[in-house]
Amino acid sequence: MSEQPSIFDILGPIMIGPSSSHTAGASRIGYVARQLLQDEPKKAIITLYNSFAKTHKGHGTDKAIIGGILGFGPDDEQIRDSHEIARKQGLEWEFKFRGDTARFHSNAARVKLVGKNGGTVEVVGASLGGGRITIQEIEGFSVDFHAQAHTLVIIANDVPGSIQHISGAIAEKGVNIASMFVSRNESLANMVIELDQSVEEATLKKISSFSWVKFVRLVEPMIQYSSRYEK
Amino acid sequence: MEFNLLSNIVEFCNTEKKNMAQAMLEYEMRNKHLSKEQVLDGLKRVLLVMEDSVEQGLTQIVMSPSGMLNNWAKTVYNAKTDTLGPALKKATARAIAVGEVNACMGKIAAAPTAGSAGIMPAVLVTMMEEHNIPREKILDGLLVSSAIGLIFAKNSSFAGSEAGCMGETGSAAAMGAAAIVYLLGGNNDQILEAVGFALKASMGLVCDPVGGLVEEPCTTRNAVGVANAFVSAQMALAGIKSLIPADEVIFATKEVGDLMSPRLKESAQGGLANTKTGREIQKRVFKPAS
Repeated sequence: MSEQPSIFDILGPIMIGPSSSHTAGASRIGYVARQLLQDEPKKAIITLYNSFAKTHKGHGTDKAIIGGILGFGPDDEQIRDSHEIARKQGLEWEFKFRGDTARFHSNAARVKLVGKNGGTVEVVGASLGGGRITIQEIEGFSVDFHAQAHTLVIIANDVPGSIQHISGAIAEKGVNIASMFVSRNESLANMVIELDQSVEEATLKKISSFSWVKFVRLVEPMIQYSSRYEK
Repeated sequence: MEFNLLSNIVEFCNTEKKNMAQAMLEYEMRNKHLSKEQVLDGLKRVLLVMEDSVEQGLTQIVMSPSGMLNNWAKTVYNAKTDTLGPALKKATARAIAVGEVNACMGKIAAAPTAGSAGIMPAVLVTMMEEHNIPREKILDGLLVSSAIGLIFAKNSSFAGSEAGCMGETGSAAAMGAAAIVYLLGGNNDQILEAVGFALKASMGLVCDPVGGLVEEPCTTRNAVGVANAFVSAQMALAGIKSLIPADEVIFATKEVGDLMSPRLKESAQGGLANTKTGREIQKRVFKPAS
């Protein structure tokens, strides 16, 4: 039996309007970018593609993405005032618009973030409807994950045995790998690893201590999006 | 636990000696490994968000960024003329209230979509007020409406881009009609008849939003969807039959949705979006530079 829909997919999601794709999904792309930066963002350069570029204004897509970058969930009413809040927090931002770009999904956004400690990250995400998203690109690597599971994103020199070392570090704490996706780009490899539960700080430290590892980030799922039961 | 047709749910109810709300509670508990309390807490949260969105639209200043919506809910609520008594007027105002709150970036519960989010809150708040139905029973009404939504999502589509407004306000009206019948003591057959009536009245309804925004005509179509829900429930509770069984009506909505031109399915290329005035509004709202 395949996964059955939840009644909270039908009576929900609870979200800030007006559009599950152009508002709720957009905020989640910003939120994932923030997690991948792993720092307080001080600068954001956002490119909106296709339908996002053409209709962002009427749907609050720009406010939703900035809200996500500030760490607001799709049902957080602060999204409406995210630009003012960002200004107060010292986040600078710039939007670019690319109306007709066949290379990207009809509702896609590129988010480049610079952190207060100097780190940077560049992410492309697409909004699929109903608030669901997929992350399509990280640091130039093609990826494809929905940010609904605990997800490790690793970029490393493509040395023999790297996958074994990384999966070993995860397994030694009893964490199960649900799926692993590897892509290569000249001498570098990108791994997207979805986990059944979260990993401890120690596991992240161990992985980043491997000399051939360049980038390790943990993307935690947003509190389960369509079925938040807490009051 | 899997339901693929409304008739599957009715069979389950008959075999297990449960009502439709209990069947859906069990469905969610078993499939998502939740306790009864967890499911009910989730429903309470949905109901609270629905009530808050009605309240906000009726009490706060709500003018959409495009200017297309401008405090209409309050205008209707305070209107001097009632076409059919205050209950219908207030129910109409409540649906518009949620549509306005949604357009103004307020918090709503998509039920089943953001564009059709006004119908269920208007139905449920009106049922509480007009029939003094306690909140716990309203949660059962939500469960019954979720049964209709579940089967509609499986055999047709909620997406305006696939099934037009029929998939959005049409399915929401059917969910609302089912809840009304249940809350007024109707049986499963009557619930399904009401679903059939509501969907037949929405058959072929296009999605033609001006400027592609969830405002015009979405907001007033939500209000009419509430009337559809109450009228459909009225007919079913009286005991008349839809003739075409609800499951077959749902399959028909799928066929009709597939036959509808993409220009009439959320793309803002046809219908009201493509009228002279619709185009002018679009130009004004999306003028270059922001």
